[in-house]
This record gives sequence, structure tokens and C-alpha cells, in this order.
Amino acid sequence: MSTVELAATEQAAPPRRSVLRVLRRPTARVGAAIVAIFLLLTVIAPEIAPYDPYDQDFGAALQEPSLEHLFGTDQYGRDELSRVMYGSRTALLSILVADGIALFIGTTLGLVAGFYGRWVDSAAMRLVDVLLAFPYLLLALIIVASLGPSLVHSMIAIGIVATPVYARVIRGQVLAVRTTEFVLAARAIGGSAGRIMLRHVLPNSFTPILVMATLQAGTVVVETAGLSFLGMGAQPPSPDWGSVLAEGQGYFLTSWWIATFPGLAIFMVVLGFNLLGDALRDHFDPRRRKE
Amino acid sequence: MTQYIVRRIIQLVFVLIGVSLVVFFTMHVLPGDVAQMLLGDHATNEQLARLRQQLGLDQPIYVQYVLFARDALHGDFGTSLRSNNPAFLDVWYAFPVTMQLSVAALCVSVAGGVPLGVLAAVWPLSRFDNTVMTVSLFGVSMPIFWLGLMMILVFGAFLDWLPIGGSMPIGVEPPRITGMSVVDSLISGDWNYILLSLQHLVLPAFTLGTIPLALITRITRSEMLSMRSQDHVRTARAKGLSEPKVVLKHVLRNALIPVVTVIGLQLGLLLSGAVLTETIFSLPGLGRLMINAILDRDYPVVQAAALLTAFVFVAVNLVVDLSYAYLDPRIRYR
Repeated sequence: MSTVELAATEQAAPPRRSVLRVLRRPTARVGAAIVAIFLLLTVIAPEIAPYDPYDQDFGAALQEPSLEHLFGTDQYGRDELSRVMYGSRTALLSILVADGIALFIGTTLGLVAGFYGRWVDSAAMRLVDVLLAFPYLLLALIIVASLGPSLVHSMIAIGIVATPVYARVIRGQVLAVRTTEFVLAARAIGGSAGRIMLRHVLPNSFTPILVMATLQAGTVVVETAGLSFLGMGAQPPSPDWGSVLAEGQGYFLTSWWIATFPGLAIFMVVLGFNLLGDALRDHFDPRRRKE
Repeated sequence: MTQYIVRRIIQLVFVLIGVSLVVFFTMHVLPGDVAQMLLGDHATNEQLARLRQQLGLDQPIYVQYVLFARDALHGDFGTSLRSNNPAFLDVWYAFPVTMQLSVAALCVSVAGGVPLGVLAAVWPLSRFDNTVMTVSLFGVSMPIFWLGLMMILVFGAFLDWLPIGGSMPIGVEPPRITGMSVVDSLISGDWNYILLSLQHLVLPAFTLGTIPLALITRITRSEMLSMRSQDHVRTARAKGLSEPKVVLKHVLRNALIPVVTVIGLQLGLLLSGAVLTETIFSLPGLGRLMINAILDRDYPVVQAAALLTAFVFVAVNLVVDLSYAYLDPRIRYR
């Protein structure tokens, strides 16, 4: 292999950095630990929650945090800790559905736009421009207004709102990859467009997708909870964190624990994903790594 | 530059047409019959047919869009189903409240974020830098609606320093001129009004400004650090300039160019956050109007509010783009 060819190959396929090596960073470890606890909680919530999150006990309404109710109780006497624990399941569901929708549609759009270029690219990017012309919550609200307030609809809305972000990033990545030698070689041996995109271009765009999906996970949790807080997402008596906050809004001035714990749960999960996402981005970006 | 401005304005027109298409079709094409939604499940077929005719819903969808766009260009979005006012009038009345809140929050975020970012970059990896970076990371991760509730709890309920809702106390209102309580109070010249309006603005502005403040801090620091190793900064140091002069004249001035863009782009975040902030603090702004309109299925108001907000957002983005192109000539030639 000549020096020029070697240089071209190196440029085309930068050395892969292991995802797990990101855990050498302390911030990444903290983020990963928070995310791991969150994921574990979604699985074991029914086993470890001290009470049924829907169980009302008016005799125990608005009780301060105590050994019996670690996070206190709400106006219906429901155990806050149990509701916060079960709320993690809705949060995970919102990540899977909303982030999943954005990931699938955004990646497809960005992949096709970047790969085919010309009018396909122009049309896709104009669509992206239009979606980005809305403040994110506004677009989500318009979609929920049309579909009707519910948890599933709020997740769909958040998914659509996040789509252009993925499309932009993936398109940029595809534009960089599509002129590399291995893609040109795949074209030269007669590979179909679909095969080249799925087998060659997409796997080489994996890194930004991973970083974006991690960072977006936190955003999705906040946005879905925000819509529930506004009454546009999960509806009472669902133990969704945003909905729990909204339900307790009328009582929190006298019962501080009602709004404090569900909000703290949202904050911790978002912080976890942000720490992990930032660390992944820095890990894979040589320029940032240097900084 | 003129060519660049013309090109961007043409793009803006297309984006606005796209925005109007999204708003219109989301309201009209997605599942759900508007007439059924408005009249409820017990409406008779005759009542539904009459309302569809009144609203023009019996026309082909493209005709409906053309009529909608034509009326919208004249500021006619129909009549609010709740207040019976022209929908645009309701929106126009609420807009100054959101505007005042967003501008105040932007002032908080810039006044706090830029100096903090600069100082953190001047002493990188110091205790100050680490504290600022950690707190700003917390700020970025903070759910705004929770932060608002906590602000009310701490500064309103526990400490009793500041009012917890509304833009003025009930029954107290300066003569309405702009619709912005602080500006109207200033115009009235009454110190009592001025003090009250400012007191009511503090908590919402800090709530809404926190996330942009954290973002601006992080970006200012990052830009300052990357600028410090540039050739022109090394040259300035080699010429023997003092460190404060190097930082202020050569590092900060150049680092601020991308920061200006980021500051401008915070408007989307502010307009989104305003919806939540207005709900928490019971402010009669655009966000709260829209939420109530959605809950009441007042679609003319939803459409008018959505279009006006998107228009403001797009227009501000254009101004930001133009200012960036003015500050950095390389942008114009891309």
C-alpha cells in the first residue's frame, strides 16, 4: 500500500474508540451510575415500592416524610416514594417511544437526504428547516392539540419535535462518509443504494447517533414530563413525574415534599444522561478531547 | 452583504409558508373532526353539518388552506370560541407579557452567563471554574417547571421575599400602554407601580433565565478557551500586551462572535420555557393563553398563537444570522 493510499485509508476510517473506554472519565462514571440506577428502578419498582402507587388512604393525606412514608404522602394519601418509583417506568417508556420515533425517522431522513443529495436533500432539509422554525414545545403542543392530550400522543409529539435534530446530524455525517473509498468501492462493485446505506454508511455514522440518542434521552424525559405537567400528556392518577408535580401544585406551598421529590427524580435522570452524553461526545470528538 | 440579506429573506418567506402549512394541516388533517370536537359527542348530524359549513370545513382541503392563508395575511384568524374576540386580538393582548418575560430572562442569562464564562476561562481548572461548570451542568439539567415551583417555595413561601404569581397584585395595574407591566409602570412614573412590577418579574425571569444562563456560561468558557490558543492571541502576548488587555481585546472580542449567535438562538428555548413559566406563575402571556386554548379546543386562538410565535422565532433567527454574517464576513460567502 502506497503512502498516499495509506493516508487516504486512515482518513476514511478513523480508528474506532471503544465505547466502554468512556467510563474512564469520572463524569461518565457518575452519569452511567445514575442511568443504571434509573434503569434498574424501572425493572424492580413493583418489587421494592413500599405501596401501590394508586392506593388512596385519606387518613394519611399530606403526611410529612417519615419512616413509614419516606417521601411523604400526597393529598389523596398516596405514597410519594412509590409514585416516584413507578414514574421511572413512564420516563423510560417516553425515552423508548419518543427517542425511538425521532431516531428512526430522523436517521432515515438524514441518511436518504445525505446519500442521494440534489433535490432529495433540498426537499428533506427544507422540511427540517420548517420543523426547526418552531420553538420545540410549541410544535409539540400543536401536535398534542390536534391528537388530543394523552401520554402516547405527547410521546409521539416529542418524537416528531426531536426528528429534525437527528436528521441534521446524520445528514452531515453521511455527507462526510459517502465520498470515502469504501463507499466508492461498494458502489463500484455494484452494491444497491439500500445496501450501501445500511451496510456501509449507517454503521460508520453510529457514533454521532449514539451521542445524540444519549443526550436526547434526558431532553425527552424533561419534555414529556413538561407536557404532562401542562395537562397535555399523562393524565391523573398516572404516577408520571410531570403529572405528579401538576397534581401536587395546589398543595406544595404547605407540603413541600409533594413537588420536591418527583422534580428531583427528573433532574437526576436528566443529569445522568447529560453527563454520559457529554462524556461520549468528548470521547469520540478528537477536538473536544484535546480541550 | 445585500445579496446575502436578500437570499435569507427569500428563504424566510418559504419557511413561513412551510410553518403555516404545518400549523394548518396539523389542525385539519390529523385524526379528529374539528366540528365534532367543538360541539361534543352529543351533537346531531345537522348541527355538525351546519358548523362544518360555517367553518368552511366542507370545502376541499387546499381551498381551506388558501382561504386560511389569505385571512391570516390580513390578521384574521377567526373568532375565539371562548372569549368571542377576534383570535388575533387575544393573542396580541397576551404577547407583550411573554415578550417582557423573555427579554427579562435573556438579560438575566446574558448578564450572568457571559461574565461567569469569561472568569471560568481565565482561571481554567481552578476551584472557581470547577464550581461554575458543575453548577451550570446542574442548571442545564434542571426541569424548568420544577425550578419554578422550588423558587416559589423558597423565595415566596419560606423566605417571603417575593410575590409568587401574576404580573401585578390583584386590583393594582398601571395604565395599559404597551401591555408590559414594567414598561407601563416606568411610563406612568409611579414608583410604587415600578417596584411592584419588578418584584413580580424577578422569580419568573430567573426561572426562565436559568437554563440559558447555564448554556451561555458553558459556551462562553469553551469559546474563550479555544480562542486562547489562536495565533493572533499568541502574537498579542508576544508583543508584550498585559494579560487583561489580551483577554478583553483579543480573546473575548473574538470569542463573543459565536456567543452572540447562541444568545440569539436561546429565544426558542425562552419561548418554549415561557409556556411553562407562565403556567407556574399565573402570568397572562401567550403560553398560558395557548394552553387554555388547547384545553378548551379554541382552535382559532391556537393557530394564531402558534403562527405569531413561530413568526417571531423565525424573524429573530434571521436577525441573529444577519448579525453573525456582519460580524464574521466568511459566513456571507458560504
